[in-house]
Amino acid sequence: MAAAPITAPPIKPYPVIPILEAGAMAGTKSFPANAQIQEALGFPGELVEDWHDKAIDKMGELLGKYRSLKVYLDACVHCGACTDKCHYFLGTGDPKNMPVARQDLLRKVYRRHFTWSGKLFPKLVGAEDLTKDVLDDWYSYFNQCSECRRCSVFCPYGIDTAEITMAAREIMDSIGLGTKYTNEIIGKVHKVGNNLGLPGPALEDTLSSLEEDLKEETGLDIRIPLNEKGAEVLLITPSADFFAEPHVYSLMGYAKVFHAAGIPWTLSTYASEAANFGMFIGNYGQMQKIATRVREAVLDLGAKRLVVGECGHAWRAAYSFWNTLIGPFDFLDPNYPVPQHICELTYDLIQRGAIAFDKSANDKYVVTFHDSCNVARGSRMGGMPGGQFEIPRAIVRAVANKFVEMYPDSIREKTFCCGGGGGILTDDLMEVRVKGALPRMEALQAVVDSDGVNFMATICAICKAQFSKVLPYYKFNMSMVGGVHQLVGNAIRLGPK
Amino acid sequence: MTTGTVFFALLLYAATLLGVAGLAWRIRDYARTPAPLKIPTTPAPTTTGGVVLRMMREVFLFESLFKANLWIWLFGWMFHVSLALVLARHLRYFTEPVWFWVGWVQPFGMYGGLAMVVGLAGLWARRFLVERIRYISTPSDHLMLVLLLGIGISGLSMKFLDHTDIVSLKAFALGLILFDWQPLPAHPVLYVHLFLVALLIGIFPYSKLLHAPGLFFSPGRNQSDNPRERRHLADWAAKLEKAKL
Ligand code: HEM
Ligand code: SF4
Ligand code: SF4
Repeated sequence: MAAAPITAPPIKPYPVIPILEAGAMAGTKSFPANAQIQEALGFPGELVEDWHDKAIDKMGELLGKYRSLKVYLDACVHCGACTDKCHYFLGTGDPKNMPVARQDLLRKVYRRHFTWSGKLFPKLVGAEDLTKDVLDDWYSYFNQCSECRRCSVFCPYGIDTAEITMAAREIMDSIGLGTKYTNEIIGKVHKVGNNLGLPGPALEDTLSSLEEDLKEETGLDIRIPLNEKGAEVLLITPSADFFAEPHVYSLMGYAKVFHAAGIPWTLSTYASEAANFGMFIGNYGQMQKIATRVREAVLDLGAKRLVVGECGHAWRAAYSFWNTLIGPFDFLDPNYPVPQHICELTYDLIQRGAIAFDKSANDKYVVTFHDSCNVARGSRMGGMPGGQFEIPRAIVRAVANKFVEMYPDSIREKTFCCGGGGGILTDDLMEVRVKGALPRMEALQAVVDSDGVNFMATICAICKAQFSKVLPYYKFNMSMVGGVHQLVGNAIRLGPK
Repeated sequence: MTTGTVFFALLLYAATLLGVAGLAWRIRDYARTPAPLKIPTTPAPTTTGGVVLRMMREVFLFESLFKANLWIWLFGWMFHVSLALVLARHLRYFTEPVWFWVGWVQPFGMYGGLAMVVGLAGLWARRFLVERIRYISTPSDHLMLVLLLGIGISGLSMKFLDHTDIVSLKAFALGLILFDWQPLPAHPVLYVHLFLVALLIGIFPYSKLLHAPGLFFSPGRNQSDNPRERRHLADWAAKLEKAKL
């Protein structure tokens, strides 16, 4: 596509619902996957000849498998409550980025083929045939949804556009229309064990150089063990933690926590990835296949506990789906939740007084916390509903003196997605990413102005990568974003107690 | 027996059959379709009791809608509460002797009728005035509101303007239930009212009115948040697992 420079929409003092700009984002398309990428996952290499019939058949199959899809396609009353809730709509003004309009792209075909009203009176109920134009719209707009579930919080029936998007992507994959970004990455996990395609020896090198960094910083032998049999904890973390900034600082933070608490732990090369992009394409089989590596690794290494690092959708997959996909985990230590989030582990150690902090180490920061969408709306931490909000905040408060909240409609269950989740974190969708970040950037600007916030903590690899890239478009410093365990790592007291 | 009586008796039977059978088929279909993954919108209750409470807040208070948009909530809630009152008030035509609580709601039901029309008018106005909602509205969205407004207005005009013979109407209604047909008063406004009601009942399970049963089957709202504590496995997923072993 022509390289018109992407400019960020202007930041307003309070969120304004945009005026509709029909078709504004229709031409912005995720790069399609080539035949090699598609076929590696068992999908057709290119758009199949009889794509129309295949797509309708697939839709029928999914309607029989997923109650969510069936009920959500039937139940919408077009009340409009969700129309102004999606960050992509707020950032782009494209009406097809309104959650209900996005759903309607699929719903109109559903009505045409699977409901009496749509078969008999298509015009009346907004039913339409699956034409090439409709398919084009599917490809554009179902790849402009980060499956963040913000719309589902506000819908009176809990209609979750993420479920519709997943179904649409699964249908498209089945007729040969996958995205390069997501499907290539899934192929890498299957082959190498992580999204980056980082082979074992490279991983080993990276980790030992990080150990050297830790030694230099602290003077202590803080280890980042790999493939160590018999370690108590197997940590599954997003592979970005191994080399990307600011992600590595969180990895070093985890290492310090394990060191200070004296918990033997290990990473695994075979399962060196917490992310599960199978979820993004709504494909149960792919999701299960990716997760199975985790089960095999934990059995192989003989670990007793399964802990997951800072990553949003990975935590949703782990918390909500692992037990279903790769459970039961009856061979692990029943005294700990399976899986356990690294924040739950750290919080527990803080509660027990097993680790201590020098908060002043973070005094250069005024911290705010960005709730990652998948953690906020697709999972939990601790024993109480809402623990996913309280626990990370409690950690931040325990390790830093200055903490400020962003405005209430932008945090907790109402949090805005960073703009890069759900398979959108690719350069070919830069415009979608920059514009979709607008609501979060506005909320951030407000606390920067009022309280001088200079650090936005988060617990998601995608959020970190997305913000690092997008913050400069809004004239912020890219290093304003970092992990909660980066702050933990700064403040934790190490050495002999 | 006038043609009017026969026509409306048959129409109402047909509509009820179509409506009830269709609804039973949809509900059965929802109930039988598996939900393979745990997908409650969190924070969600961790227990079944909690889920029941969450659901009651959605059904009676429209909690999520309240969080989303006060105008839609206001008009929508007003319409639905009024509709419930009006339906309760209508029970007096179908019960003999009239149940005591149906007697109590009579006066409220009357205001309910007015409030229902106001609520519907508000919802309809949004479909014209708010650009986003105009964009998503289909003809059937408008017609559904017109249909309900038609029912409300024809009903109210029999109350306030052009009375019909309530005593014979009740005899007709009871007659329908007992399969002992009685004459229906020949009254144009009543004809309109009954025709629209039959239409509403008939299309219920084939339209977006499925939102009423749909809410109860929405995994985002009816699942408890306990995936770590209890393994959740759908039949087809279990078969997949078996096949792999
Ligand atoms: C369990 C029972 C029900 C619940 C919880 C429920 C809830 C809701 C909610 C939350 C809305 C969205 C807000 C609004 O637009 O009003 C809605 C819309 C609507 N409901 Fe219901 N409802 C129920 C039963 C019914 C019934 C029995 C009817 C009619 C016979 C009905 C007719 C409608 C209509 C026509 C709309 C769309 C209004 C519009 O176009 O804006 N509902 N319902
Ligand atoms: S899931 Fe998130 S990105 Fe997708 S439509 Fe809803 S609010 Fe928008
Ligand atoms: S809030 Fe729910 S019912 Fe209302 S338009 Fe959006 S998806 Fe449809």
